Amino acid sequence: MRSYYEASARERIIALLDPGTFHEFLPPQDRVVSPHLKQLDTPAAFDDGVIVGKGHLAGRPVLIAAQEGGFMGGAVGEVHGAKLTGLLARALDERPAAVLLIVESGGVRLHEANAGLIAVSEIMRAVLSLRGAGIPVLVLDGGQFGCFGGMGIVSRLCDAVIISEEGRLGLSGPEVIETTCGVEEFDSRDRALVWRTVGGKHRYLLGEAAQLVADDIDAFRAAAIAALDAKPDLSLEALEADHARLGERLERFGDCRDGLEIWSRLGIDTPERLPLLEAAQFIAATAERRA
Amino acid sequence: MEKLNYEYQGGRKLNAVHAPTIAGVLSSGNLEVLVEPQDLGGRCNVEVLTAAHGFGPIWEAVLDDFFARHALADVRISINDAGATPAVVSLRLDQAVEQFLGGQA
Amino acid sequence: MDIHTLLDQLFPLNHEVKFDGCYFSGIGHTAKGDVAVIGTTDAAPIGVELAYRMAGEVLAIVRKFPRRPILLLVDTQGQRLSHRDELLGINGYMAHLAKCVELARKRGHRIIGLVYSEAVSGGFLATSLLADYCYALPEAKIRVMNLPSMARITKIPLERLEELSRASPVFAPGVENYLRMGAIHALWEGDLSACLLDALDAPQKGDVRSELGEAREGRKLARAVAEQVHHYTA
Repeated sequence: MRSYYEASARERIIALLDPGTFHEFLPPQDRVVSPHLKQLDTPAAFDDGVIVGKGHLAGRPVLIAAQEGGFMGGAVGEVHGAKLTGLLARALDERPAAVLLIVESGGVRLHEANAGLIAVSEIMRAVLSLRGAGIPVLVLDGGQFGCFGGMGIVSRLCDAVIISEEGRLGLSGPEVIETTCGVEEFDSRDRALVWRTVGGKHRYLLGEAAQLVADDIDAFRAAAIAALDAKPDLSLEALEADHARLGERLERFGDCRDGLEIWSRLGIDTPERLPLLEAAQFIAATAERRA
Repeated sequence: MEKLNYEYQGGRKLNAVHAPTIAGVLSSGNLEVLVEPQDLGGRCNVEVLTAAHGFGPIWEAVLDDFFARHALADVRISINDAGATPAVVSLRLDQAVEQFLGGQA
Repeated sequence: MDIHTLLDQLFPLNHEVKFDGCYFSGIGHTAKGDVAVIGTTDAAPIGVELAYRMAGEVLAIVRKFPRRPILLLVDTQGQRLSHRDELLGINGYMAHLAKCVELARKRGHRIIGLVYSEAVSGGFLATSLLADYCYALPEAKIRVMNLPSMARITKIPLERLEELSRASPVFAPGVENYLRMGAIHALWEGDLSACLLDALDAPQKGDVRSELGEAREGRKLARAVAEQVHHYTA
């Protein structure tokens, strides 16, 4: 068992792909760094916090990107975003079996806020074009910094989100909500509350994540391999089915005050024990009960 | 940001072609170290870009010690630093060089 | 500009737009045919319900009015900040809206965005920034975050941010910055109905914003770096 949570972005890529198959595009020695951080006296990483390249997964060609949460919370700046957009454009030409996005991001990098926001929008368009052309895009989420902001939206444009118990996926971070609306609205230091709201298990039960895995790189790899045959479907029929599901979610759970209430309404006995269960036990205990 | 540069002579030439390698993540209190082969006429060059000003002498001491441990020739070392302690710097440098020497182009 | 004044100026031939709280939708009549209108007023925070409703409207247009252009007039202060919206998966609702807009685009509906008041962060990402071309009125207020909050979070002094933002468009609020960086295609002034008629004919060429940002020198690296990754060989 190797912790996905503890691993760096580089370590995750190497461990997820077939050994010896990873080739990086614009590696650190090319020094394609952010042009905007120097004027803010902020150190700039050689790879601007995202690693992109190609490799094999179970023998099949994939393109892959991994955000390094340790660098500025994995936030998206001009260069960082452009590396992702470029990777997605390349996928349109090369038609790999899938594009893997190892996300870990607070969203837009404030130091380059406007560039970051536009970059996220360009990534959104690129993901949709790519999936429209039949190439699946898979998201892996399980790092310390979670996946928030614009990357939280990008993740849900993809074919599947594979998330661990440690993972978080949302839009506005709990700290931002607490600062703006007060601790009564969201106590960002109540870890259990945070995970019941945006954590992997809740996302899995709600239908926001396709797979829940243990915090183990091999588990992520197995789940990604299993998802390689996803067939993107952005047809009117598919979106209307999604729309119905999302409407039902509002009806069923719109007045719920906590994740526990939602899990209870899903028909789960003693939902309060769910956070304590290991991934495999959790999946067994909630089988047939997901939204 | 402060830029520091150090040069060392008399190092040991590499007997194989090694690929550039990077170690470390540029998080607060940490650093990233990029090691590359480069024809420098036998010298080892170290460039440091750091957010913490005025620590030149400490960098020099740490790098002198490092070169004593790993006296390499025709190697370029580039560091981005976000306020790492000397201990962490030494650790990361050693890690980077070990990775570099252990890998191949 | 008040929304009613705006609608009158955009659609001098007539329009039927229904308002329900801060949400509105309907049709505007132009010399080039009918245009569907979806929008919000009063700097609406976009929460799960509003995102869902807009998505539903887009799907209805796709089903009932093939190839009808869609004009997005979204005035927003950004995503709604609440525990409930996060609990229910607001990012998923916004993504769903984005997918619906993309569907409309692929089925031949022109998507035009006009920022007439405020556009912020997630609310902007899920709506106007999805357009084929996004335009703005000169008085539009576009941003990720206000400078004081940015200073607090980045721990960079406000004075420094203010000083830098005079020379660099890269982080400070301002419609001119978004224009220069390629996200806003052009400003609409004067005869707004003429601007709309021109926009209805603008060729759909995919996402051209990074090229525009480069040409206008607001984003000098985005297009080039993407290109480098696209064609990188070791």
